[in-house]
Order: sequence, then C-alpha cells, then structure tokens
Amino acid sequence: MGGFRATSEGATARFGRAQAAILRDLVGQVTELITGAAPDEDEPAGSAQGGPGDRPAGWPDDAPPDPDDLAALMGFTDNAQLPDDPVLARLLPDGYTGDPEAAAEFRRYTEGGLRSGKAAAARTVLATLPPNGGRIRLSEPEAQAWLRALNDVRLALGTRLDVTDDFDDQIAGITADDPRAPVVAIYQWLGILQESLVEALS
Amino acid sequence: MSVAPAEVQRPETEQEAVPDSPWVTIVWNDPINLMSYVTYVFQRVFGYAKPKAEKLMLDVHHKGKAVVSSGAREAMERDAETLHGYGLWATISHDS
Repeated sequence: MGGFRATSEGATARFGRAQAAILRDLVGQVTELITGAAPDEDEPAGSAQGGPGDRPAGWPDDAPPDPDDLAALMGFTDNAQLPDDPVLARLLPDGYTGDPEAAAEFRRYTEGGLRSGKAAAARTVLATLPPNGGRIRLSEPEAQAWLRALNDVRLALGTRLDVTDDFDDQIAGITADDPRAPVVAIYQWLGILQESLVEALS
Repeated sequence: MSVAPAEVQRPETEQEAVPDSPWVTIVWNDPINLMSYVTYVFQRVFGYAKPKAEKLMLDVHHKGKAVVSSGAREAMERDAETLHGYGLWATISHDS
C-alpha cells in the first residue's frame, strides 16, 4: 500500500486507483461542507453602490466602501455561532468556552480565514492527486497542505464515526457486513497515510 | 489616488482588568488527532524541539488539556487561530 516518504523537495507517494478515487471524493465532500454555507471570498459581496464593472467592487470613487465588502475581503463573517453539524463544529471549533460573547467575536474574525485556508489545502490535494492515482511528487508547501487536508478528512470521518478514546473497543464489535466497516477501514488507512506524511516531513 | 481620512480613529486595544495576569492558550485532547501529528504541530507552530513538543502532547493526551502558550490576549487568539487551522481544538482563557 505504501505511504509517503521524504524527498529533497518534499514528499512522494503512490496511490492505487481506488485509493485516489476515495481520497478525492472525501476531500471534495469536506470542501463542499466547508465552503457550502460560507460566503465565497472570491466574489465581492453584492453591493449596489456601484461603480463600473471594472472597478473593484465596494471601492467606487464617489462612495465609501461597503462594510460588507470590506468584511468579506478581510475574511470576517456574520456568523457568530458554533455550527449545528458536528463535523463542521469540529472543523470550526469555538475559541472560548464559557464566554459566548468572546466566542462569537473570535468566530466572526477568524472563521472566514479558517474556511478558506482549509478549502485551499483541499484544492491542493485535488490538484496534485490524479483521478486514477499513480505516483505523486509534492513540493514542501504542497505536502504541508496535504497534511492539513488529510487531517480535516480524518476529523470529518472520525466525527461521523463518533470515535472515542476507546476506538479499539469500538471497532472490535464491527463485523464485515456492518455498514460502518468500510468507513472504519478508510479511517484507519488515512491514519496510516497521515502518519507517514508526518514522518516524511519531520 | 487615495485620500487620507480627516481623522484616524485607532481601535482601542482591550486593556485587561489585571494587566499582569496573562492569558493562556489551551489545547484539548481529542480522540481523532494522531499523537505524532499533534507533536509535529507544536514543533511547527511554537518552534519547540521535538522532546518538548512531545511532552506537551502527552500532557494534553493524559490530562485532557494543557496550556501551550501564555501572554497577551491577542497573541493567544493568534495562536488559537493557527492551531484551529491545523485541526487542533484550542481555546483561550484568562490564567487565574
């Protein structure tokens, strides 16, 4: 099965066709989750205070910038709440416990950047992993992005599986025909893969 | 050409009630993150040598949580944000 090993530029690994398909699918799912509800940072917030189309949105000559455009540019969001979805909540956790106001403020300032950072890491994986697999060679920055993206996928899977510290006990009861069995196998594989990448980068 | 605003209002930095008392960043144990990964993140984010990063990771693992940095509130928020980017769960609190 292999895993990552270090190279002078970064890291290399070989993926089978099925492995590549699974990984691409999971990374894609996490990306959708991360970007689905959030405003698209690449698009200017719709402001009616218009200058002509070639002017950057929100910065017309004759009117002050729309605060929403600035907020979007800075990665600030209106969202102040821990997401309902447990996977999203784990990917975008609270920065304060026992202080909802501080947590909301922290989230407002950081969630946008967190989402776009995770989306960018996922995009790197999709850009460097061919759909049919094969040998991939990553630069150091690409390998770092892979590391974070793999971790996000493991967080997502682990949360869905409701993984606890007694994971070994949990999975002992899962037989081959259990619908969770394939997911558990993938989760374990990703752990080995991520471990090899940490090794390669260390 | 940009026009400087007539008056620049500096945002007020939050003054803590007790300036001497530091804030801390806490990392919480979770059953998903690999121990090797957490150690690696501590090395990378804080510049700790591996033995120290490993000890910190084991603190988190065995005690359920551990203080990973301390200082001004803004610096702790930056640390927490960075750690969230790596998928660790970090929170900021007032050291008491």
